[in-house]
Amino acid sequence: MTIAAPALEMRGIRKAFPGVVALDGVDLTLHAGEVHMLLGENGAGKSTLMKILSGAYAKDAGEILIDGARVEIAGPRDALARGIRVIYQELNLVPQLSAAENIFLGALPTRAPFPGVVDRRALHERAAQLLADLGMTIDPRVRVDRLGLAQRQMVEIAKALAPADERSAAARVLVMDEPTSALTRREVEQLFALIARLAARGVAIVYITHRMDEVFRIGRRVTVLRDGRRVASRLLGEVTVAELVRLMANRDLSDHFPKVRAPLGAELLRLEHVSRAGALTDVSLSLHAGEVLGIAGLLGAGRTELARVIAGADRCDNGRVVVAGSAVRFRGPADAIARGIGLLPEDRKAEGLVAGLTVARNIALPHGRRLARAGFLASARETALARPIGDELRIKATPTQPVRLLSGGNQQKVVLGKWLAGDVRVFVFDEPTRGIDVGSKVEIYTLMNRLTARGAGIVMISSELPELLGMSDRIVVMHRGRIQAQLDAAEATEERVLSAALGLAGASPDASDRGFDR
Amino acid sequence: MNRARRFGTVIGLVVLCAILWILTPYFLTVSNLLNVAEQTSINAIVAVGMTFVILSAGIDLSVGSIVAFAGVVLGLALRGDQPLAVALALALATGVVCGLVNGLLVSVGDLPPFIVTLGTMSIARGAALLVTEGRPISGFAPSFRVLATGRVGFVPAPVIATAVVYLAAHVALTRTTFGRYVYAIGGNEEATRLSGVAVRFHKAMIYAVSGLMSAIAAVILTARLNSAQPIAGMMYELDAIAATVIGGTSLMGGDGTLAGTLVGALIMGVLRNGLNLLGVSSFLQQIVIGGVIVVAVLLDTMLKRNRM
Repeated sequence: MTIAAPALEMRGIRKAFPGVVALDGVDLTLHAGEVHMLLGENGAGKSTLMKILSGAYAKDAGEILIDGARVEIAGPRDALARGIRVIYQELNLVPQLSAAENIFLGALPTRAPFPGVVDRRALHERAAQLLADLGMTIDPRVRVDRLGLAQRQMVEIAKALAPADERSAAARVLVMDEPTSALTRREVEQLFALIARLAARGVAIVYITHRMDEVFRIGRRVTVLRDGRRVASRLLGEVTVAELVRLMANRDLSDHFPKVRAPLGAELLRLEHVSRAGALTDVSLSLHAGEVLGIAGLLGAGRTELARVIAGADRCDNGRVVVAGSAVRFRGPADAIARGIGLLPEDRKAEGLVAGLTVARNIALPHGRRLARAGFLASARETALARPIGDELRIKATPTQPVRLLSGGNQQKVVLGKWLAGDVRVFVFDEPTRGIDVGSKVEIYTLMNRLTARGAGIVMISSELPELLGMSDRIVVMHRGRIQAQLDAAEATEERVLSAALGLAGASPDASDRGFDR
Repeated sequence: MNRARRFGTVIGLVVLCAILWILTPYFLTVSNLLNVAEQTSINAIVAVGMTFVILSAGIDLSVGSIVAFAGVVLGLALRGDQPLAVALALALATGVVCGLVNGLLVSVGDLPPFIVTLGTMSIARGAALLVTEGRPISGFAPSFRVLATGRVGFVPAPVIATAVVYLAAHVALTRTTFGRYVYAIGGNEEATRLSGVAVRFHKAMIYAVSGLMSAIAAVILTARLNSAQPIAGMMYELDAIAATVIGGTSLMGGDGTLAGTLVGALIMGVLRNGLNLLGVSSFLQQIVIGGVIVVAVLLDTMLKRNRM
């Protein structure tokens, strides 16, 4: 039996950054038409490997073969010309331009006699053809900022598959980095169907994810990285979830959700009929010491808005917020923090961290006034504050490293560390484990147990149902800015939470939409 | 990483001095170097405020006009036979108030700093022209002029003032909560706000610092010229931005040092002085200085890219 040369082969790839070897002799083989899952904890080297493939980084050693022939990828343009396309987690679209303009941004069709004048008709025709070809129902003329997240992702995929310029090859290798992290179930199904069509055409797809169900659902083969090394490449028919998790973490994670119930104490926080125009309507809830209150809901249900109101980042128009028995009126996050409320924001890069500052200075940021003497703030005191927290959270970095250089899981721990350093009793976690590897997830869960055991209360927003069901004492389900259902852990099931999130249960149908129609 | 970059600007300064020394031996005499330091002092002090503002991801175009306005207030106060201390206090207060207006419009008003300070640049200039009816105020007592002409040992007073300002500002930037918040706001304003930092207050203070620096520069300039001129300080904002940027501070905010800014100001001062010594026409000087700014930022960017 003869086997065709793999579409792409990476052999012995090595890449070191100052102080850390990110990749230490990694092999990766991609065949045309396969969906290849790439697994590994954050910091295992997945992103670095893909950045070498896309030409963003230069490798220190190793070789890359395309169709069996050795090539050097000189840079991003070179990678594009060789048919390698990467879709990063953060989308790279110009929101003010149309879908069609984004798709063909590097190669806008021009009117024949006038170089530089865009031929709009040809542009829209080509874009429409490409979108239809990919089975996407998106109007090529619509501005990208009018599109939902899933549709933007579709545009990004179309852009990746469109010829970047006349010279470049058709897409042969498509890398997708956690493409479903912000998608709803139906959108995920659309994406998977698209991936299947692309694979059927012979595109080799590298799919990076932390979700095990996706791995088995769409993958043919899987490669697991750990600490910059490849620990396994297997056919997915030949491995189990437990095996993969063990390979990634090198430890058994028999219990994903090590929930420990803490005794409930006094009421820490109460919301009474809280409303905020366009976001929240008549929200009432309470949180007790030792309790994890899960907040479920679809994207746009008002969960993040709720978190921001609790944390003083946004104001409420109506209703009362009661903290530890006394009504409060927050003028800003500082007031909420003074009352012992800390927010772990949804988007840690945009809202949680100052990337250029060190680990210690990020952790110390909310505590400047407490640490300083007459306005003078010694670095040593920041470091002294941060060091035990770094140890407790097992942050893999020294206090003096800029957080920019840390992996996602470690960055998230730094944001958590900001609140552990202070006198916080109400933790508001907005998607605490998004984009984080399995090992770090479990660490965050056990941290939640420690916090509730100490008498803290946690409001946890999550889009992952198993996590909500696994870690919450009670679950509040939101739908279009309202509370649709409140469920005890004992009575909550995936079906019940989901149907409430979809607005199917417990709603009085006449009142549910008021205030949200545009 | 910052060290490598700061080192780069220092090397640039040393190389520049070496070239000038070869071309004109007079350059490296003590009297000329003191002269350079004295001439650089005003831009260097204005650039301190600019560095604070740019570190916080802002910009202050009004510094030159504030120099003129604070100088004119100083001149009028001295002419009105106010005691020296009162006149100086009035001048400094003028700078702080102008800066606070900028800061409040930027922070509380939530307006882009470029627009706000473009407006106050015109307003402060107009105010300076209005109160003087466009005429310079000249002839001050020697007790005031000593602020520019005096020497401590052999070191000119403006150089001492610059050293004191840099030392104080450096301590403020690196050893105080205020300084930490300057970097944090420039690095990620929303994350800083969500950490409970009073972002608006500190932003207003940052522009007030810039106004104060302009006023200090105005005092030295007025003493040196023995005249307060409503058209003083033209283009100072561009010199200060240039010194800051040559010194390696990122216009995106959050990254940079005052030491870099000082070196940046010195590079500009040395260049002007050297070109004068060489008899280069002032027209050509503008071209050379513009080129140096662009090349310095280009080298800086390339250094940053190589670090990837």
